[in-house]
Amino acid sequence: MFIASTQICHATWRHAPLLAVFVLLAMFTLPAANAEEESWVAPRLPGTDVPDFNGIWQAISSAHWDIERHAARAALQLREGPVVPVPHQKVLALGSVGAVPGGMGIIKGGGKIPYTPAALATREENRADYLNRDPEIKCFLPGVPRSTYMPYPFQIIQGNDTLFIVYEYANADRDFFFEDPGPAPVDSWMGQSYAQWDGDTLEVEVTGQIADTWFDRAGNHHSAAMRVVERWTRTGPDHLLYEATIHDDETFTEPWTISLPLYRRVEADARILDFKCIEFVEELLYGTWRRNPLPRDLEE
Amino acid sequence: MHRVLASFVILFTISVFASDEDGEKRTPWGTPDFSGTYDTATLTPVQRPRYFGSSLYISQEQAEKLASDWRRGIEAGSADQDPNREAPPVGGDGSPGAAGNVGGYDTFWIDQGESYNEVDGKFRTSIISYPENGRKPERTQLANARLRAFYGSFARNDGTASWLDRGDGRGPYDNPESLTLADRCLQGFSSSGGPPMMPALYNNHKRIVQGPDTILIQAEMVHDARVIRLNGEHPPDDVVYWMGDSIGHWEGDTLVIETTNFNDTPGSFPGSQNMVVTERFERVGPRSLQYSFTVEDPTVWKDRWSGEYVWPESDENIYEYACHEGNYAMGNILRGARRLEREHQLAQAAETQ
Repeated sequence: MFIASTQICHATWRHAPLLAVFVLLAMFTLPAANAEEESWVAPRLPGTDVPDFNGIWQAISSAHWDIERHAARAALQLREGPVVPVPHQKVLALGSVGAVPGGMGIIKGGGKIPYTPAALATREENRADYLNRDPEIKCFLPGVPRSTYMPYPFQIIQGNDTLFIVYEYANADRDFFFEDPGPAPVDSWMGQSYAQWDGDTLEVEVTGQIADTWFDRAGNHHSAAMRVVERWTRTGPDHLLYEATIHDDETFTEPWTISLPLYRRVEADARILDFKCIEFVEELLYGTWRRNPLPRDLEE
Repeated sequence: MHRVLASFVILFTISVFASDEDGEKRTPWGTPDFSGTYDTATLTPVQRPRYFGSSLYISQEQAEKLASDWRRGIEAGSADQDPNREAPPVGGDGSPGAAGNVGGYDTFWIDQGESYNEVDGKFRTSIISYPENGRKPERTQLANARLRAFYGSFARNDGTASWLDRGDGRGPYDNPESLTLADRCLQGFSSSGGPPMMPALYNNHKRIVQGPDTILIQAEMVHDARVIRLNGEHPPDDVVYWMGDSIGHWEGDTLVIETTNFNDTPGSFPGSQNMVVTERFERVGPRSLQYSFTVEDPTVWKDRWSGEYVWPESDENIYEYACHEGNYAMGNILRGARRLEREHQLAQAAETQ
């Protein structure tokens, strides 16, 4: 131990000039870098004093698979195998393409979703019966916050006290009220969004969502009582910080928050393409009622 | 520096004054501001009914008389119905209408506005103004063949699988793909999302959100949203959209949009992938825009067609039109057709015995 320290001391002494350079660099460049980050000011929407959110954005994360921290697994739906769980026969043919990558999760603090015992049991049932239950499989509108971190880009169109998001997935969209619209007159898939500025952060209260949307492909769910408070903050020329606090007493023991960066799609030809998945799921949803149904049995 | 500041103040004052003077709303970055919610419902039909003849306009008296007749019809249809009335006859009452008129849309659903559209202070008989007869031009042979292929199996609903007795036996409900784009929730009907964006039987609100480089127009029906990029270029031909790719630019205070890159069955039925739609938005009042369009598609029509109508701003909010999520009708239509086919076959088997 002593010898090692001496060696380090010796080495340090020998490289003193280099070390001095590092120390100097650290003194001047690191604080400068931090100061730059802290003093970065989001560009304003032209002619206004509010940050400009216009652009095509996308999450790069595995949150769409599972918002909780999770290890990779063989498939979205598993069945008992002789040794370990194996892919369900309906997704078996996809092989490694059908496997679920691991992820660090997006729950702030790294914890688990604070489900009530009954809601946790429902989550487990959702997972066991995944193929029948995930609304994404049927191309249903995704709700908030799921729409934000699905593996598709979305475009923010922001004007003077107006903001609208077009999502590529299912051609979903949502408009934002900048004046209090009062309670949502009817529940809907994408809810009602009421936006207010909190400094340079756009805080959005999303209410009036029906219970049928999920958080991810892992069966995480909520009730119609859910209220989502989103916070959108620009953190750099090509980055947004997205945070959303989930309030839902019927499903969770306390509010919880997700947090993840969003990235600008910087390609010159970046654009929202059509992904009207309705036509892609007609065979799944209605194929059995064709006049001449195609074989659906896996053995054929 | 002071001079720069002074000119800025003067310019700012002029621009604010100008916007007050001519009633033009302007965005903070100086372009006309068209953002808002518009109710495009109108009694003026897209194509001119034959009884209006060659006239593009009707007098104010005529327009008001027709509107009041329409209103009376809606009021009559909205009257309380007798809860003890008999069920409609099996197979419908024989009159034309949805599903053999066993009951479809009642007047509660219908929202076609309450007045004829007024363009340049004159009431219009049709939105289409060219060709001069106010109707879409003659279709090409190819377009007619396509329409025959799609609609060839359609027949009046008489409550039986009548298609089994006809020609190739192909039926109108053989597959989900046999139904219209609107039945499948892929696009709103009547070119509600367009382009060109037209009024329909109901859900006629359009929403415009205007950014500096991008303009969004959402049709209420089926939440169809168009993203219009300003001063961009269309993508390669093989990048196609249900509502095409729209590029906009300003010509003075008029927003001009050119849309190409349609897929082969665009929302604006029965257009083709070769359709080119040019639209113009201009402010004609403090709370109204004039929407003009020209459609060119030599694959489908032998001539171009164009028209215009005024979009009045509305204080209503647009609420979600989630179509596919509740489209129980699709499964019911297909299952119903399978059941009619079984009944038809059983009846035939009984006859031959």
